[in-house]
Amino acid sequence: MATTLAKAADGTGAVTHAARIEHVSKSFAGPAGHQLVLDDITLDVAPGEFVTLLGASGCGKSTLLNLVAGLDRPTSGAIGTDGRPALMFQEHALFPWLTAGKNIELALKLRGVPKNDRRGRAEELLELVRLKGAHGKRVHELSGGMRQRVALARALAQDSRLLLMDEPFAALDAITRDVLHDELTRIWRETRLSVLFVTHNVREAVRLAQRVVLLSSRPGRIAREWTVDIPHPRRIEDTAVAELSVEITEELRGEIRRHGQH
Amino acid sequence: MASTETTAKDGDGSDLAGLEAGLDALETVQTGRKPLRQTFVEKILPPVLAIALVLAVWQALVSFRIVDDPTKLPSPGAVWDVLQQAWLKGELLGYIWTSVSRGLLGFFFALLIGTPLGLLVARVKFVRAAIGPILSGLQSLPSVAWVPPAVIWLGLNNQMMYAVILLGAVPSIANGLVSGVDQVPPLFLRAGRTLGATGLKGTWHVVLPAALPGYVAGLKQGWAFSWRSLMAAEIIASFPDLGIGLGQLLENGRNASDMAMVFEAILLILTVGIAIDLLIFSPLERWVLRSRGLLVKS
Repeated sequence: MATTLAKAADGTGAVTHAARIEHVSKSFAGPAGHQLVLDDITLDVAPGEFVTLLGASGCGKSTLLNLVAGLDRPTSGAIGTDGRPALMFQEHALFPWLTAGKNIELALKLRGVPKNDRRGRAEELLELVRLKGAHGKRVHELSGGMRQRVALARALAQDSRLLLMDEPFAALDAITRDVLHDELTRIWRETRLSVLFVTHNVREAVRLAQRVVLLSSRPGRIAREWTVDIPHPRRIEDTAVAELSVEITEELRGEIRRHGQH
Repeated sequence: MASTETTAKDGDGSDLAGLEAGLDALETVQTGRKPLRQTFVEKILPPVLAIALVLAVWQALVSFRIVDDPTKLPSPGAVWDVLQQAWLKGELLGYIWTSVSRGLLGFFFALLIGTPLGLLVARVKFVRAAIGPILSGLQSLPSVAWVPPAVIWLGLNNQMMYAVILLGAVPSIANGLVSGVDQVPPLFLRAGRTLGATGLKGTWHVVLPAALPGYVAGLKQGWAFSWRSLMAAEIIASFPDLGIGLGQLLENGRNASDMAMVFEAILLILTVGIAIDLLIFSPLERWVLRSRGLLVKS
């Protein structure tokens, strides 16, 4: 179980970590005995920091996110977060029996926001993701990009200090994805949220993050870390983004190649 | 949607807003209502033609003396006369109401029992293992089989009819809810849990609404089973003191060797069954599916 901690040891009560992952391992019972998926992961996400977790298939990045979200428990190690994190999936996971606005209001309701404040707060959140006027729209009436923005608004409605994102833009077309990268960057800078973003797309990782963490596969281990100090606004076609992406891709290829050598 | 023209004052920001508005406009599907004429040609004309064809064949069988025996096959006109007489004597609505009120009341009780039962089977592993298979099996047991024991236990009265309806409809309703709950996408459950919808809150806010399409399908089938069970009960256990419903009408027709009356009863049973489905259950089902974007427009 994720413990809620991360209060500073100096007694000021200031939060020093949005998420603290300490020596976390996870194994699943499989047909060939216990399979180790995550091996001794230690990772901190500072308040307001944007971290991307990058890795090939089988690196356990989604598993790690589930652990941080509290949807699953680590086999060993400890995870602490500042409150319950919000989580966004690759699929929008909006409830089709509710309108866009009511999806957001449900998140507010479950958080304990009084009935009278919900409508206004939902409108504000829709405006934040530039979907003013979409409150009464049904989920199936929205495009893929709009759905992910509503899903983002719903995640933000949880008023969590940590936003976990599990390849949230992977199913979108390139131009929509690019627009949502800009939106996410803008919202992250406006709200000062901490973001832990999982992807297998190197360019996406570099374009968004302050820090890129590369995981090796089977079992997932932290292979390398890069600090990205390219100033915002970044573009996917920026030379600096491209150069760092090439470097990281080489490293990722090396990691993948190791699995072909027996 | 109108495109939002923005002056490039704050540079990148408004560019993005404009691009986004354009994408949203391009990717949003415009839907509108079909014109009335098209609805008529696509939805109303085909069944009307089919009924006309059946009536024509029926009339031809009688007119060309292919079946030349009114005690086996009455003419459409003769059946119409019987219906008209029943209407003029003021009995027709009485027959229909006797059966419909029984059917709907029985269905209502089945709903009250089937819903919590279904939820219990769907959510409690032990209950599912214990009675899940029996509940599915009961659906294939013709409800007419329940009439003899019901008569013996309860006697020839309305309670007996309701008991037969319940035994016919409760399994359908419960099973519909169970399959509805089983088909809830795991993603919704995970999304609900991250939002804090766990336990009873999760059942209320996520599981039940997500299971609604399956539940409504179960209700629809439950009604069909209610109506069939009731007709079986009325035909077998016809007793004058119970009031004449459509099943008794059919049985009375058989006893009097009045084939026109038998046809009248069959037509009425069929019509009422279809009418209730068309007026209540189909619109309910369409509404549930359409509001979720699950109704495929052909």
